[in-house]
Amino acid sequence: MSILAQVKSKLDDKVIDWQEHSPRRIYITVRPKDIKEVARLMFKNLGFRFVIASGTDTPAGIEILYHFSYDKGGILFSVRVLIEDKKNPQIDSIATLFPAAEWIEREMWELLGINFVGHPNLTHLLLIDDWPQGEFPLRHKER
Amino acid sequence: MSHKVVIPIGPYHPLQDEPEFFRLYVEGERVVDIDIVIGYLHRGIEKLSESKHYDQVAFLVERICGICSNSHPFAYVLAVEDLVKMEVPERASYIRTIIAELERLHSHLLWLGLAGHFIGYNTVWMWAWKYREPVLDLFELITGNRQHYGMMKVGGVRKDIEEEDIPQVRKMVDDLVPVVDMFKGAVMDDPVIKARLKRVGVLTEQQAIDWCVVGPTARASGVNIDVRRDDPYGAYDKVDWNVIVEKDGDIFAKTVVRILEMHESISIIRQCLDKMPKGPIDANLKDVSIGEGIGRVEAPRGECFHYVKSDGTNRPVRHKIRAPSYMNVASNKVAAVGGTISDAAITLAAVDPCYCCTERVAVLDKKTSNKMMNGWDLIKLSQDKTQRIRESYGAKP
Amino acid sequence: MDLKTKVLTKSLWVFHAACSPCNNCDIEILDVLTPRHDAERFGIILVGSVRAADVLLVTGVPNRKTAVRIKKLYEQAPKPCFVIAVGGCACGRVMFRDSYNSPCALDELLPVDAYIPGCPPKPEALLAGVVKVIQKLRGE
Repeated sequence: MSILAQVKSKLDDKVIDWQEHSPRRIYITVRPKDIKEVARLMFKNLGFRFVIASGTDTPAGIEILYHFSYDKGGILFSVRVLIEDKKNPQIDSIATLFPAAEWIEREMWELLGINFVGHPNLTHLLLIDDWPQGEFPLRHKER
Repeated sequence: MSHKVVIPIGPYHPLQDEPEFFRLYVEGERVVDIDIVIGYLHRGIEKLSESKHYDQVAFLVERICGICSNSHPFAYVLAVEDLVKMEVPERASYIRTIIAELERLHSHLLWLGLAGHFIGYNTVWMWAWKYREPVLDLFELITGNRQHYGMMKVGGVRKDIEEEDIPQVRKMVDDLVPVVDMFKGAVMDDPVIKARLKRVGVLTEQQAIDWCVVGPTARASGVNIDVRRDDPYGAYDKVDWNVIVEKDGDIFAKTVVRILEMHESISIIRQCLDKMPKGPIDANLKDVSIGEGIGRVEAPRGECFHYVKSDGTNRPVRHKIRAPSYMNVASNKVAAVGGTISDAAITLAAVDPCYCCTERVAVLDKKTSNKMMNGWDLIKLSQDKTQRIRESYGAKP
Repeated sequence: MDLKTKVLTKSLWVFHAACSPCNNCDIEILDVLTPRHDAERFGIILVGSVRAADVLLVTGVPNRKTAVRIKKLYEQAPKPCFVIAVGGCACGRVMFRDSYNSPCALDELLPVDAYIPGCPPKPEALLAGVVKVIQKLRGE
């Protein structure tokens, strides 16, 4: 079974959307509530490497892309979730699955204001400790 | 009775260059835990990207880090080219590859020098940096600057490598071969260096996978990943070269990987010079359509990842940057713990932290600490340990 | 120029302090010690503690964390202490002017005696800059 077919079969009905931008760039949309299970499948089950997660402030909500690398084939699977509640965005933390995610979620918390539920240490990483509350540098200002 | 003592490293140690904050918790001579506090280098580059247009961003991201100043713009332009799904002219691919491999050479020589100093081999430092100078001279010849070359451009490269300069490139690269051989012999055959670096700062294969480390740090622990081979870009799939992997995961393995990679870099540069076709160097991209793109390259320290999202205007709406050291520095939490204080300095430096890439790590003085040492003292401890090993091999004290 | 300052210019002890640089200026500073440029023949020595420094070589943009530290560092240095801003970022912040994490330029925090621009300044430029400081101190 090709790796794309394997991923599709493992993720099953969690996939809301599947886009093949190019042979080595695949974007998969899932629901925020499924992210922990999806991350577990990608990392532990399929053995992909976690590269980074990028959060973006969009008009529709806060979007997070979790990027996983299938090194043998050089394919990047980017798992997209959209958190519609911009006033109190929150999502399950995946830092309990693998330690590499800890810093990444802290950075998204302080720059975008996303609450990662279950994160062991959600404190400032890059910004000073007395950075003004509620000020998230990567959020776009309302026009 | 053992007591927990905190030894700060940094913040302003001259040889470590940047304020790097590590809090080492030790019991006796053994490191039992480490806190890494970063934030001292954060300049808000991702946000700044949103206010610059696509051409300016390439210059901005060069300044994320000085040592791998080519890798970031390379990954960035690949991300934009992935977004618009364009191919760059072949000559541009070859030039990009040559610049990237020259950067790998200068970066590994730099690390070799610093590592040499950290363990008390100052001659290695001076020689490694002396042989680094011709590489920098070559950069100045080809690109106009010793560092921050500004070569990468969305759609190609900014400047061509002139025909009359190619003999000089070849000569410099040829002159480096005996130098790399010398370092190979000096490091790999030296019993003192083996005794000093083997089984020190070990990162096991499973730890390397759990912490998602990249680059020579991963390859030294048996994790066979290299973006140049796995997700080819530039001209890497048009030339023959090997990925260097070692099994032991200790600092000796990391050193061996970097030295042998220099040989591969020389081979890649030579093949590129032979195969590079004549032709245009720029595809002259005019507009960036709506969409998103990802570019990644194998920087000297590992995978450098850029994600760019466009809304059709001439500025990115989001630019996410992930430098290799972000993952590698975090892995010190397991690599440095369990070792001794005299090994701490070299263990922390072994991942070749491009601190600027990630962020500086800073030391906070804990009020309860009894012994206080600065980074200078830690390097001294490391050098003293090497001296003791030398003496045990019969060298005069 | 007082006797102390005159004596200083025979051999300058330099302390390298980085704010938030990209590292290039720092590498070029270290490069100045290597055989090709060999700053030690001018009596320029890099020291490990700010309390022994005559000159503070500052690189990088001050960000919110490092601005506090660089000021403390300057206060710890015994006076007279001359501050040299090395590189475009230390001279005037260049492209990081508009960053949310860069509150001010270096010379708004410390009195800067010399500016060595460049990105990064070549080792020759660094040496030229330090020599200019020495000449200024000697009143030449």
